[in-house]
Amino acid sequence: MARIEAEVGKPQGGFMKWIDDRFPFTETMKYHVTEYYASKNFNWWYIFGVLAFVVLAIQLISGIFLAMNYKPAAVDAFASVEYIMRDVEWGWLIRYMHSTGASFFMIIVYLHMFRAMLYGSYKKPRELIWIIGMLILFVLMGSCFSGYLLPWGQMSYWGAQVIISLFGAIPGIGEALVEIIRGDYSISDITLNRFFALHVIVLPLALIGLVFVHIVALHQVGSNNPDGVEIKDHKGADGVPLDGIAFHPYHTSKDLVGIIVFLIIFSSVVFFAPDFGGYFLEYANFEPANLTATPEHIAPVWYFTPFYAILRAVPDKLWGAVLMAGAMLLFVFLPWLDRARVKSIRYRGWIYKSALATFVVSFLVLGWLGTQPAGGLYLRAAQFFSALYFAFFLLMPYYTTIDKTKPVPDRVVYHG
Amino acid sequence: MLSRLVAVLALAVSAQAVAAGGAVHLEAADIDQGNISSLQRGARNFMNYCSGCHSAQYVRFNTIGKYLELSEEQLVDNLMFNAETTFETIQSSMPAADAARWYGTAPPDMSLMARAKGADYIYNFLKGFYLDPDSPTGVDNIVLAGTSMPHVLWELQGYQNAIFSEHNVDGTMSHEFEGFEPVSTGMLDAEDYDDFVRDTVNFLAYIAEPIRSERRMIGTWVIIYLLVFLVISIMLKKQVWKDVK
Repeated sequence: MARIEAEVGKPQGGFMKWIDDRFPFTETMKYHVTEYYASKNFNWWYIFGVLAFVVLAIQLISGIFLAMNYKPAAVDAFASVEYIMRDVEWGWLIRYMHSTGASFFMIIVYLHMFRAMLYGSYKKPRELIWIIGMLILFVLMGSCFSGYLLPWGQMSYWGAQVIISLFGAIPGIGEALVEIIRGDYSISDITLNRFFALHVIVLPLALIGLVFVHIVALHQVGSNNPDGVEIKDHKGADGVPLDGIAFHPYHTSKDLVGIIVFLIIFSSVVFFAPDFGGYFLEYANFEPANLTATPEHIAPVWYFTPFYAILRAVPDKLWGAVLMAGAMLLFVFLPWLDRARVKSIRYRGWIYKSALATFVVSFLVLGWLGTQPAGGLYLRAAQFFSALYFAFFLLMPYYTTIDKTKPVPDRVVYHG
Repeated sequence: MLSRLVAVLALAVSAQAVAAGGAVHLEAADIDQGNISSLQRGARNFMNYCSGCHSAQYVRFNTIGKYLELSEEQLVDNLMFNAETTFETIQSSMPAADAARWYGTAPPDMSLMARAKGADYIYNFLKGFYLDPDSPTGVDNIVLAGTSMPHVLWELQGYQNAIFSEHNVDGTMSHEFEGFEPVSTGMLDAEDYDDFVRDTVNFLAYIAEPIRSERRMIGTWVIIYLLVFLVISIMLKKQVWKDVK
């Protein structure tokens, strides 16, 4: 391996020198790839960053081919999706990759965030990485939402109807804002057309830009690790962190294993269960949008259901929308809500561990409740778990202060 | 970690299946997508009994012919009543505007019905017509109350009555469906009628996603390839990491 590093690191002369005089290619490769040092004790929770990158690539490429065959017009959209599914060569594969990719993107990003919460990756000096990451989440949610309207099925239409109408709850400007978003008095051809523009240009551009900044910020401070210690505090004579190993070839070769495991799971869904029991492709969306027939049960796609459950838990429309927005925005403040002196869950006390476990359970239960009709016991449960959800964030400054932490080791723990 | 994830997802799927149940208990259609002769009979049934009113506008005859092992000649002679070439899709013979006027609502396209509603739903729907003198068509349906579809298959099934038991729940009367009682016999006995409906539903499930069997076959090879690649990647990782202490 030392040999490979030496080859990339050395000035190559000739062609490479010609390039490097004009563009910092070798320097950039060193800084971000061959001489970017990350801790050697990463566990598999650290795979989700690179997997998010892989899914982004899948979505961009499959999305381009879909856009070549899709027609963003109310009269054509549904039929053009079926045209892709039945008549376009490999169209079914492209479409299933894109629809499955959307759900996997959200699964991966949620797990990636959970990793940060496990090991305190959002804490100083990585607050900005976390905030950029949250912006990525919001843009991603926008991409999922705008993309979901495009097949123009019953759930596309009525799901969008419900979510867009939420903006109407804002006092004063609400109704006008809803009209601006829709571009019409109801969701129509115009709405579909502008959502298409958002979905294929505006949001992907924003996403790519934010991902770039996310990685640049990460490489500025360096990656966290499961012990939450700064590997830069202990450097060798060569200036390389003692516990750090180069991104390439060490982490890349490990990531490759993770990527293939991911592709096996991803392919299992694409080829054997693309609708995933009505979760990835909702059954009602196989019926074209019908403005005169409301489906008896409107449920958003699974990745929005925790927030949807919070929305419905509040009897008042405005406060429901406020709490739903709050449930998403509170994540942004985690770096300042968390007062613990240690980063990693490994050295935190039982209080934070219980709080995090309660939060995970609340998130999952709310997600399930969001797929169910609201009322009776389900409504009570949604209110109870919403309270727990918010308590996790709002009480955090208190319980992280009193929580008894364990001493953090000087160097990362690694057993070869 | 991954096994935990899969377990959570599996739990979620079973929960969704329960939620989709609805009011009336649906008998399983028990269809077999690999049974080509069942699909061929289903195609015959659909074209003879359904396509007069229901289109399947995304489904091409040549696609059906390929999967159902039917020659172009067999397609033309047996299934294509109003189409000129095998590239055409299945169009209803009834103009949609007239249909909407006659029935109150145009008969829906059947291309994706099995994916939208499920095979069991259609199976029970086609078996679920019962006499109802208050309805303009003389029948209602146990699966879809107030349906505007007449009992097209009455000749085959005959007519039946639905038996309801009445319950007094907190002062309001509720009706619970108990079962059917034959009023007249059709050309088929009960078992043959079930088979007839099953074949038809099987065909509808096939046209809802014609690529289904092919995607599974390709998927098997993709996963075998990835498993081989996984072994190689693990060996590579071990080789690269052998000097990390």
